[in-house]
Amino acid sequence: MSLLEVKDLRTSFFTDAGEVKAVDGVSFNLDHGKVLGIVGESGSGKSVTAYSIMQILAPTGKIVGGSVKLDGQELVGADERTLRHMRGNKISIIFQDPMTSLNPTYTVGHQLIEAITLHTDRNRKQARDRALEMLQLVGVNEPEKRLKQYPYELSGGMRQRIMIAMALACEPDILIADEPTTALDVTIQAQILELMQDLQKKLGMAIIMITHDLGVVAQMCDEIIVMYAGGICERGTADAIFYHPHHEYTKGLLRSIPRDENNGQRLQPITGTPIDLLNMPKGCPFAPRCDHAMKICLSERPEEMRMNDEQISRCWMNIKDGVEAGNITLERSADHA
Amino acid sequence: MPENKTLLEVRNLKQYFDINMGFFRSKPLKAVDDVSFSIRKGETLGLVGESGCGKTTVGRSILHLYTPTGGQVIYDGQEIKSRESLREFRRKATMVFQDPYSSLNPRMTVSDIVAEPLDVHKLYKTKKEREDRVLELMGYVGLNSEHASRYAHEFSGGQRQRIGIARALAVNPEFIVCDEPVSALDVSIQAQVINMFDDLQDKLGLTYLFIAHDLLVVRHISDRIAVMYLGKMVELADAEEIYKHPLHPYSQSLLSAVPMPDPKTARANKRIVLTGDIPSPLNAPSGCPFRTRCRFATPACAESMPAFEEVSKDHFVACHRVKEIN
Repeated sequence: MSLLEVKDLRTSFFTDAGEVKAVDGVSFNLDHGKVLGIVGESGSGKSVTAYSIMQILAPTGKIVGGSVKLDGQELVGADERTLRHMRGNKISIIFQDPMTSLNPTYTVGHQLIEAITLHTDRNRKQARDRALEMLQLVGVNEPEKRLKQYPYELSGGMRQRIMIAMALACEPDILIADEPTTALDVTIQAQILELMQDLQKKLGMAIIMITHDLGVVAQMCDEIIVMYAGGICERGTADAIFYHPHHEYTKGLLRSIPRDENNGQRLQPITGTPIDLLNMPKGCPFAPRCDHAMKICLSERPEEMRMNDEQISRCWMNIKDGVEAGNITLERSADHA
Repeated sequence: MPENKTLLEVRNLKQYFDINMGFFRSKPLKAVDDVSFSIRKGETLGLVGESGCGKTTVGRSILHLYTPTGGQVIYDGQEIKSRESLREFRRKATMVFQDPYSSLNPRMTVSDIVAEPLDVHKLYKTKKEREDRVLELMGYVGLNSEHASRYAHEFSGGQRQRIGIARALAVNPEFIVCDEPVSALDVSIQAQVINMFDDLQDKLGLTYLFIAHDLLVVRHISDRIAVMYLGKMVELADAEEIYKHPLHPYSQSLLSAVPMPDPKTARANKRIVLTGDIPSPLNAPSGCPFRTRCRFATPACAESMPAFEEVSKDHFVACHRVKEIN
């Protein structure tokens, strides 16, 4: 049994313009001590997946199907008591913007100690000691002084360290990091990523790293999920995704970013514009932008296909390639064609 | 292809802002302090650095969106000083802004946005001429006539940036300051816009000052790259040279901190992680601005600002110890 099992998760937002299927059938497992990256563009559903696991969706959002199991315990439909126990203790989250995720009207110490006393049976004095210990752990200098400061007195990198200290104070099994370094400068980003890797080794928690930066996932993650329009395109080990992508969207992404391989050459962008979630196409959501789209891509959404031990993909091209290579018999592909 | 002719020269540019400290006291914030460089015709100069280092201010001061506190901007052999020279200059030099959401007037149609510079500089005789020019400009950036009567909010981020570029091209400029033009865009859209900048440069012979914090994008698009830190320029060299042999300790750590989109390289990469934060430009350290975070700093570094010197051909560095540490 995996630590976290997400199965066919579906989350929709009900807006005036209609139902927006922000997460549409996402499944994955996460084991103890692993780092899973979720990459995708804005609107791909990566953050909503995380919020659905934590069940901290906006009021218009609702989980409409699927299951999220933590240590075998079902979280979808669980009562608020169970959820409250889970949040912070078992799973905690750090957000993209360290400027807005701390309360500006309370001191850093107040917020840290509150989180600790709420989730553990430590008294205030013990909680304060724990807060100091956590600040030291995340490399904040002069922790005594910081406890008395307000968030506005600290730099972005420092605030993100405090968010990490708060998230890890109750020793969660899973840390969800939602674009933790997007708002930070490159050299500060390097500090925070280094810190997260260090802490992960020391404390052994699993991390779900949500980002749009392929560089960050390449550096941090064991496994990667690539999302587009609310669904998973491809899931696999970091090496498999980067060196043997099996989905046209992943391939397109890798061709469109400047890297060592295409240095000095023209970039090959993905054509078209990002998808409108209110008007989702019938077949594969990426088909309208895909250079290799076939007839079936426009009419039928591909199921998950297991490519090998390390990789799962949802792309009809794999069937085509398989038929051409003679790995799939025509008899089976006949009813797809 | 860059020619050998210098198009724009910036000499000892200074841009200070007075910050109100209360009780009628104010203190100068030295956003850009004594920066000199030149750009050749047809070249792309990348300008990188972290937030608050003054890279955007350099772009704006060159265009005189702020009146520079000191220094000279010389364009095509002529110093930009009088109102006349400025007016002339603004027809040759334009700007593309970072945020395609706030840089387009929501109450104007796309054709009016694109035509505004034409209106200002009175660059058409008849309505028809104006309309034709707008359509031509929109064609350059991959938009078509049906987009012309719509409003900015109807477009996605990538398309809005195209509108911003069309507007910048309206006066037939020679030089464009691109201030983080792709950082607000999604990865798959970034490449489209970067390619468009490349194509337009080839087609119209443009010269760019390309300001960005994404170092991989800058490397891709630039011929030469300049690195700034706390209002000073610390290094300037050919794009490949600076990536392969950065000489300033700050450039070295900045480049090593870039997460490479390749798992094997990323794992093998030895990062030079800087300690501490960037000092506030209001309390910039004495001497070399980088000394507080520098691995190689000595007491001498606190005493004077190192000169921006050519250490090898076309490779400029401002560091007291550049010879010893490399």
